[in-house]
Amino acid sequence: MAFLVRQTLVYAIPLMIVALAGVFAERSGIINLALEGMMIFGAFIGVVCMNVMVSLGWFDAVKASGNMWTMQLYLLLAMAVSALAGCIFSLLLAFAAINLKADQTIGGTALNMLAPAIVLFLVRIVAKQNNLLLASGDSATWFMIKKSMWGFDKSYKFGFLGDAFLNKVYLTTYFCILLFIVMSVILYKTRFGLRLRSCGENPQASASLGINVFRMRYAGVMISGSLAGLGGCVFAVTTANASANGDVAGFGFLALAVMIFGNWKPLPIAGGALLFGLFKCIAASYNTLDINGDGTYMLASIGLDSNFYRMLPYLITLIVLACTSKSSRAPKAEGIPYDPGKR
Amino acid sequence: MIIMNKEPFFQRDGVRTLMASLISILIGMLSGVIVIVIVGLTNDSISTGGIWDGIRMVFLGVFNKGRDAATGALTFGFNPAFMGNMLFRAMPLILTGLSVAVAYKTGLFNIGAPGQYLAGTCATLFLALSIPTSSIPAWMVWLIAFLGGMLAGALWGCIPGLLKSLLNINEVIACIMTNWLAACLVTWFFDMSSLKNVLEGTKTGYIYKTSTVIHDVIVDGVRTVAGANVPEGATVLATRGGVATSRMGLDTVFRGSQVNGGIVIAILLAVLFYIIMEKTTLGYQLKACGSNRYAAKYAGIQDRRNIVLSMAMAGAMAGTAGSLYALSGNTEFFWTTYQSLPAVGFTGIAVALLAVNNPIGVIFSGIFMSYLNINGQQLTNLTAYNEYITDVIIAVIVYLSAFSLIIKTWLGRKAKKRKAAGVSADRKGEVRG
Repeated sequence: MAFLVRQTLVYAIPLMIVALAGVFAERSGIINLALEGMMIFGAFIGVVCMNVMVSLGWFDAVKASGNMWTMQLYLLLAMAVSALAGCIFSLLLAFAAINLKADQTIGGTALNMLAPAIVLFLVRIVAKQNNLLLASGDSATWFMIKKSMWGFDKSYKFGFLGDAFLNKVYLTTYFCILLFIVMSVILYKTRFGLRLRSCGENPQASASLGINVFRMRYAGVMISGSLAGLGGCVFAVTTANASANGDVAGFGFLALAVMIFGNWKPLPIAGGALLFGLFKCIAASYNTLDINGDGTYMLASIGLDSNFYRMLPYLITLIVLACTSKSSRAPKAEGIPYDPGKR
Repeated sequence: MIIMNKEPFFQRDGVRTLMASLISILIGMLSGVIVIVIVGLTNDSISTGGIWDGIRMVFLGVFNKGRDAATGALTFGFNPAFMGNMLFRAMPLILTGLSVAVAYKTGLFNIGAPGQYLAGTCATLFLALSIPTSSIPAWMVWLIAFLGGMLAGALWGCIPGLLKSLLNINEVIACIMTNWLAACLVTWFFDMSSLKNVLEGTKTGYIYKTSTVIHDVIVDGVRTVAGANVPEGATVLATRGGVATSRMGLDTVFRGSQVNGGIVIAILLAVLFYIIMEKTTLGYQLKACGSNRYAAKYAGIQDRRNIVLSMAMAGAMAGTAGSLYALSGNTEFFWTTYQSLPAVGFTGIAVALLAVNNPIGVIFSGIFMSYLNINGQQLTNLTAYNEYITDVIIAVIVYLSAFSLIIKTWLGRKAKKRKAAGVSADRKGEVRG
């Protein structure tokens, strides 16, 4: 059970933060189909950043000193660099969609094609294979927060809560939850957030009140890029063993599904991310999942195929879309280039 | 008197469209070259000669004849094998390009081509490998498998079409969802099927080629399968597989390549779609729905029916792409698709956009994309670079086509300026006349 909670969180966190990335872009009026591409790019830059740290000898120094908490600092640094990279990458979308009034769907698709192409091109040249790994052996697991780091030895029994939330967890989980709350508050409780959202509903009206729609939309897309890039880094560290291969297993598209499922609102999105994360977790490990700790694998005995759990998120999203299409809360002006003359 | 004023060559709409596409290609190729140069200069293991080799390969990889054994320098000339492979790879690209283009004419962005392609592949492989060729002639199995793939793609394309027409759900989102649904379903289907390649031990994770001959046999009372060589004392119940598209003599022209009749079918389908779109009422109705759904409805066109029909046709083309690729007989399908979608479906978007959704243009842009593809393959084989640079070029082309209208109007404005400069000379002529 503790394993289930922990693993669900691992899958849900990138989904949650990237879905929020989608919200920031779409609420400002720009469709961001490029979430997948931005994640891929962010993941790559994050792994490159960690590789640089390894080559600088930072990791070895930590291992020698024995204070593994320093590693968490390095992780935060890598996440920051990824966020910056995602932000820069998203400027391509912003420029095309806002300045050139291009088709946002095509622009997003282009970025989704560009990110894996450029990542794989560079990875192949640097690593001579399709996968960029950390230079020294088991470095990826160094980011994990373990029992020993809290000062307990291996035989200590943590109990359910400890096992679920303190042992073998990643700092990214808690950092992202915090970030998610902060960004949601910004979107809903600040003047900036209100202005941003207004640009996605009726940009002409916003402009008439003195809001610079271009600047707001740029802000929306750049925040979106930063969060998606950061989400990519989280994905790379927690589920891809700190490797980059130009692929995030469709998490970007799944985050898009989460965003629609959550009706472009933070709280339902968090719920949706947890639900979809649970499905991902079950699909990945249902054969060995011991939910109530009695030694039987309940889900395996139900006999549903793991492929079924894999497709559930997409199926649910389609059904939810079909049922709520009449009352969809999609931003009204999303996808429409802002034309000041159209008042 | 009305004077028929023929527009200057560079101001004609078609010419400007073509110019915009060519400029996109040029900028795309140039960005590829820039990346090659930058990477070459910052990477110590790549020499100046290596950079030059890389650049030549991006432009002319299809025409290379390998490295000279003595000097190690690249040699160029007509290479029938690469040329044939280029046509072979153009086949699915033309079809997925058609798929995206047809939907686009009706105002729908078909990002669902990868899913429809998978549906087509899945149906075709199942039909081609399950129907016993011992009781039905192989050509008929081929035809059934081909049509089955087409139908499966069409049905899969119908789903977003129906959601769009009945519930007004954005087709892009629906297509993304159906893509991943298809990816999971296909994995599930093949996971349960008996089509996994067990005859060749090294091929775990792959489905049989359609050209593989499989015998259902009973050996010592146990039912099992055997390859071309049936063990002694076994009773053959049925024979399956051994189905492949006719080569149509193309392999004698392009010796040593994979090319087959599929490319001819793809080109014929493109021509067919050109005729449907430009010369029939149906095509006019589809385009009318694309220009303005509500105006079309007002004019008595059934907008809902046309949206579903358009997506079905688009799906059929993507399904055909998967079907013909599987039926070529020398391709193998990796069946655990749930983690990534077939890239050829997404490249179809690039093909269609570069051709400005013109079915005839799709033939050329499809061949161009596969030209890049072969160049990339040669780049991997013969230089320090790799094939992903061509994906970068394709992505840049797609990015540019997102605002190709701007390039086009810019070209028009430039032409107008030129005209304005020469206006005084024209006036003189007028007075005299």
